[in-house]
Amino acid sequence: MMKAFVNTLFYGLSVAVIAVMGGSTAAAQSQGSQVVLSSGHVDFGQGQDTQSQSIKVINNGDSSAKIVQVTIIEEGFNERRRHNNKATPVFSITKNIPKTINAGETSDIVVQFSQPQGHSSQQFFGAVQLKIIDEDASDPYFISFGLQSGGSWFERNILVLMLLAPAIGLLLLFAVPKQRDVLCRYVTLGASGLVFVLAIALYAMFDPQLGVGQGNWGLQFVTHTSWIRALNIEFFLGVDGLSILMVLLTAFISFIACISSWTISKHIRGYMMMILLVEIGMLGTFVALDFFLFYVFWEIMLIPMFFLIAIWGGEKKESAAIKFFLYGFIGSILMLVSLVALYFNSGGESLLIANQPLALIDGTPVKHTFDLMKLTYLHDFTQSPMLLGVDFTYLVWILLFGAFAIKVPIVPLHTWLPEAHVEAPTAVSVILAGVLLKMGIYGMFRLNYSILPDATQDAAIFVAMFGVINILYGAFCAFKQTDLKKLIAYSSVSHMGFCLLGMAALTNYGITGSMMQLFSHGIITAMLFLLVGVIYDRTHTREIAAFGGFATKMPWYAAFFGFAFMASLGLPGLSGFVGELLVFIGAFPVFRSFVIVAALGVVLTAVYHLWAMQRVLFGAYDSKWDSATRHDLDRRETIMLLPLAVLVLLIGFYPIVTLDLIEHSISDLLNFYNGTTSGF
Amino acid sequence: MSADALYTVAIPKLVELDNLWLIVLFPFLGAVINGLLGRQLQAKFGKSIIHYIAIGMMLCSFAVAIIAFAQILTADDIAIVSQAFPMIDIGWLSVNFALYFDPLSVVLALIITGIGTLIHVYSTGYMKDDPAYWRFFCYLNLFIFSMLLLVLGDSFVLMFFGWEGVGLCSYLLIGFWYKDMKKATAGFKAFVVNRIGDFAFITGLFFLFWGLGGHWNQNNNYDVHSNRSYEAIPVASDATSVDRLTSQDNKELVSQMPSVVFRDIEKQMTLSVRSAETGAIQKPFADALTEQTVGGIPLVFLICFLFFLGACGKSAQIPLYVWLPDAMAGPTPVSALIHAATMVTAGIYMIVRLNFLFVLSPGVMTVIALVGACTALFAATIGMVQHDLKKVLAYSTISQLGFMFLGVGVGAWWAAVFHLLTHACFKACLFLGAGSVIHSMGFLKSHDKSDDTEDNSIQTEPTHASVEEKPSPTDPQDMRNMGGLGVIMSHTRRTYLIACLAIAGFPVAAGFYSKDEILWKAMSNGQTFIPGWILWSIGFVAAGCTSFYMFRSYYMVFYGAPPSEQCQKHAHESPRSMIHVLWVLAGASIVTAVLGLPHLITGVDAIFAQWLAPMTAPFVSTTGVASAAWLEGILIVASIGIAVIGWLIAKHFYHSTHASMEKRQQWYQQFRLVHHTLYNKYWIDELYQMTWVRGFKSLSHGVATVDKFVVGLVINGGSKKLGQAFHKFAQVLRLHQTGYVNNYAYGIAIGTVVLVLVAQAWF
Repeated sequence: MMKAFVNTLFYGLSVAVIAVMGGSTAAAQSQGSQVVLSSGHVDFGQGQDTQSQSIKVINNGDSSAKIVQVTIIEEGFNERRRHNNKATPVFSITKNIPKTINAGETSDIVVQFSQPQGHSSQQFFGAVQLKIIDEDASDPYFISFGLQSGGSWFERNILVLMLLAPAIGLLLLFAVPKQRDVLCRYVTLGASGLVFVLAIALYAMFDPQLGVGQGNWGLQFVTHTSWIRALNIEFFLGVDGLSILMVLLTAFISFIACISSWTISKHIRGYMMMILLVEIGMLGTFVALDFFLFYVFWEIMLIPMFFLIAIWGGEKKESAAIKFFLYGFIGSILMLVSLVALYFNSGGESLLIANQPLALIDGTPVKHTFDLMKLTYLHDFTQSPMLLGVDFTYLVWILLFGAFAIKVPIVPLHTWLPEAHVEAPTAVSVILAGVLLKMGIYGMFRLNYSILPDATQDAAIFVAMFGVINILYGAFCAFKQTDLKKLIAYSSVSHMGFCLLGMAALTNYGITGSMMQLFSHGIITAMLFLLVGVIYDRTHTREIAAFGGFATKMPWYAAFFGFAFMASLGLPGLSGFVGELLVFIGAFPVFRSFVIVAALGVVLTAVYHLWAMQRVLFGAYDSKWDSATRHDLDRRETIMLLPLAVLVLLIGFYPIVTLDLIEHSISDLLNFYNGTTSGF
Repeated sequence: MSADALYTVAIPKLVELDNLWLIVLFPFLGAVINGLLGRQLQAKFGKSIIHYIAIGMMLCSFAVAIIAFAQILTADDIAIVSQAFPMIDIGWLSVNFALYFDPLSVVLALIITGIGTLIHVYSTGYMKDDPAYWRFFCYLNLFIFSMLLLVLGDSFVLMFFGWEGVGLCSYLLIGFWYKDMKKATAGFKAFVVNRIGDFAFITGLFFLFWGLGGHWNQNNNYDVHSNRSYEAIPVASDATSVDRLTSQDNKELVSQMPSVVFRDIEKQMTLSVRSAETGAIQKPFADALTEQTVGGIPLVFLICFLFFLGACGKSAQIPLYVWLPDAMAGPTPVSALIHAATMVTAGIYMIVRLNFLFVLSPGVMTVIALVGACTALFAATIGMVQHDLKKVLAYSTISQLGFMFLGVGVGAWWAAVFHLLTHACFKACLFLGAGSVIHSMGFLKSHDKSDDTEDNSIQTEPTHASVEEKPSPTDPQDMRNMGGLGVIMSHTRRTYLIACLAIAGFPVAAGFYSKDEILWKAMSNGQTFIPGWILWSIGFVAAGCTSFYMFRSYYMVFYGAPPSEQCQKHAHESPRSMIHVLWVLAGASIVTAVLGLPHLITGVDAIFAQWLAPMTAPFVSTTGVASAAWLEGILIVASIGIAVIGWLIAKHFYHSTHASMEKRQQWYQQFRLVHHTLYNKYWIDELYQMTWVRGFKSLSHGVATVDKFVVGLVINGGSKKLGQAFHKFAQVLRLHQTGYVNNYAYGIAIGTVVLVLVAQAWF
């Protein structure tokens, strides 16, 4: 049964890949044109100040060509800047371009780059598009070249490196001879450690002051090239305030998860490969800014996760893995449908700026696009035709929401989560709770909130309702759980409710709180699952009732355990509180009664956390655990727990470090909702 | 408001001093050092290194508190703010890690660090046999850190940090001997009940910000304020009482945006705007809160009521007092520090800190006064019949906190804070005295102890004991096991007596002046909706009960039956570190009276009243009664009288041995029902158990069942059905996967034909 399933999966995938590749080769036909460019790309390097570069236009044909139109496209200057600020363009053509290029003639186009004030490190993208009419033929055609400036090599490629590092690790793992388990571990640790180091560099170089108004959609560390031309798919990576925290979280949690995987001994090579593959998928999802690429990474994450649960899981691993996969897959299908729908409705009527053509990054004009930034800032889908009798934006919104709701997870779509957690090995639980759940909320911000603001506005109250239900439902269920992992899984359901409530408010504080809650829940829950793993390694049980009095025997363990539980119940001074506070403050003016009901959650949260904690740590100690509790935390366990604890404490008292990073992007996001929401 | 209006704000001038935030850093450092390294240090250098660190940090902190106090004392009418670092800065929400020293918070900082230091010293003796010595001092320092944050935090957010932090430390310290599940559960109960209060508190907070965040237009919708600021500028000389800020030459802005900083809110609330045209004086922010209603309830009432509920949780008032008696499971120094002197008074502090808000709602003030008075009486009656020495003191604490709430409820801010101060001294003294006794009686439990753990705990009293039940012979807290200890422990007895005199209201000690001021203000106030004499009567009766139960405990412990042989052999006076602390506190219980000598005696306002006057808004209206010195005199005499009566009754029943035992039994029989009710604390715990706890449990059971079956069946079952359907379908299809090539060829051929035919027919 399993095998058949896996086979189907592989066949399906390979067919899909072949189809896509075939499509791309088939489409790469030449125009048979006469006019070509000496280069397809102009690069201004770091682009410190004003500078010019020229590119040659050569007519290789035997008839002269007329240049009827020259368009300069500047990526990421949204409508507002273009029309209101009257800012000087970043890219311009200085020399007049001849109207006609005779056969065999060569002409120069000089492009000038002028650095806007105050943003030395920022990247800019653009393109020049020439519309050409042959003297012979009547059909006009386009030739174009891309423009790029700003950013060092490292800045331009850091995200690619972050994706490559685990991939290289993966390849190295193939080379590791059998039975060399330790080497496998170190290779994986090295790969994810490299990602972590790159993430720290990313954090150090990230400029929190950049916003959409300053061009390039406010993105940083952009890698943007065309990928599959036949389908207008681009390889578009970038980071902004919405994703920076998630990227940092992913790199951090994956690294910690690698350390915690040290105890795995079964099929270690395969396991480590899967972990690295998941890391690629997660990182890719957070940095991909092309919808198709986003979808690909989303799927990449799903499949190895399935194997991790199915092969390295507990007793009922098969059913849990299949359930996880089915739920995830249903989500993917919903996303795929909306992906297609959005793609085919992009361009044309939906475009906000009629005079700027829709184009790929190198200026090739296209009818439709997968570019999330263009879908966000250049499109308004409210005018799109109805689908299945439903308003287009509503339908797509619901499809996307469904896709992400499964990941969040929103009650009643949550049943895969406790099961997957219970069966998954510790490191997988850590990744699952620490990062995977965040993809749902992130996806909503990146797609629902950015692309379909009108539908979001109308649906906000439902999102808030889901949030409140999640908070209370998760808390009540958590109280009744007897399995420690299930309890934490339900507490995740409850905590994700805060994110939903905050984001539904559509206020600055609410959305900031939601992002903060995402981040801090990531580190706190990772810590909780690691702690459960520690005790499970020793006692081989997770039944809360089986424990008791462990504080005496394992004081350091108890200290971390208490710390993590306190953080999870939202104690001020630890990171969990900041998010909750901001969510409440942000949501209160909008959903008063919801917030009051949700605030009851603070009581319930305290009840189930403390109740579980005291049954594990306090009370009478059963001497049957003597051999299990002989050792307190060892060095490896301390190394993986301590940084998490420090981070929790740091953010608890000094949240401004994370708030600063996201502030700008959130206010940009809220520009879609300006004037329509009430709030402070 | 016209642009040329004049604005006035009535609060002290602000001064910035950078280094005062060290006051919270020291105890935090102590907690970190002892928490991380304490075990190794203790193992290597012995226990003394632990308390050197902890007490050293406390002394540093105390020194900073004195510096801050001196600053405020010497300068004229100032408040000091000390900024450390920014925490949150989004939109209007700007939170700094900043400490605010004004006459109120500096007094509390002194109490916390002063009494805190004393109790640290006391603990070195009390806890010296405990293996987890380092953990205890780590928690104590952490508590001081949190408590200082609570009272010194300049904003709601920082106050809430402390508010929850002290809750955490209380949880950890109540359950300090966590091996006993009962004690751990007591900590759990305290935390959860506090969280219920916190729920109300934060909800109140949301309403407050919401109320300040904008104003309402005609359609009762919510408008966002503009970014405009008021500027407080000097006003004409006729505004004498309100222009204290403006008399300074520095200007301070009154922002229109909501703020979490107390000072900003205070400025907004006290802001008076005088229209240049009409000359009418308005209070734009205060009016916004008082005029707006939510569901028919005035917004300001709602806000203050929710804050008060929060205070009820922390300060153990009806209906959230139930955690405090159970909290006695913690070590006795903890009970003295946290559950008597400092943490439980956080509610009082919070209300006094927000006095500018509470005065806007006489309705809530009435509720506070009434709840306070009722709690005072209610807890005092329970305290009269308890046998557990610490339980008596716990109910006494609840009762005394009730007096403080009565004080703030009638707007007697300074009297309430003064009672907080005196109570901190004499109740700490009582608890530590009790601790000294329990320490000495510790031999009782050594008979049945066999554990090798760090648990050297005391057994808690059986909860549902009936009157006739014999005391557990191994319980060192049961007063029936004591008696005659005065001979052995003379220092403890004498300090206990002084504290008893203070709490019972004999004019030799400070407690009399603070309590009497509260009762007098309750009587003379004309602002609450309940007549002053009712509040006074409740408090008066409670004062009588107080005197009775305190002297009852005094006689039961130190007099009565002569000490048993065993007792004479084992019981001992406590070590010097403990005795010295007791004498310091006993001395303080008397000396602090100087701060609160009433107008009636000295002819001027009490020192403490003058001290707090700058930061408290006037609430008490001068009714005819208020100026009647003869009435005040009569009431003072009556107060002394009821204290003496309580004392005499206690002496009658509990002083001597044989005769009083019989009298006692007779008395119990006579008022059997009353006694039974009181002894079982009105069965409130049972009531809560039946309603709230059971309700929560069944609700969560219901939800979990829904999760397991309904959601499980519908979603999982649905997918299972789907899976089965696929499975069946596949089984049918599988029959055709025969593996014979010719079969497939037939299939392909037939299929082609069908397709062609269909295509033909279609197009």
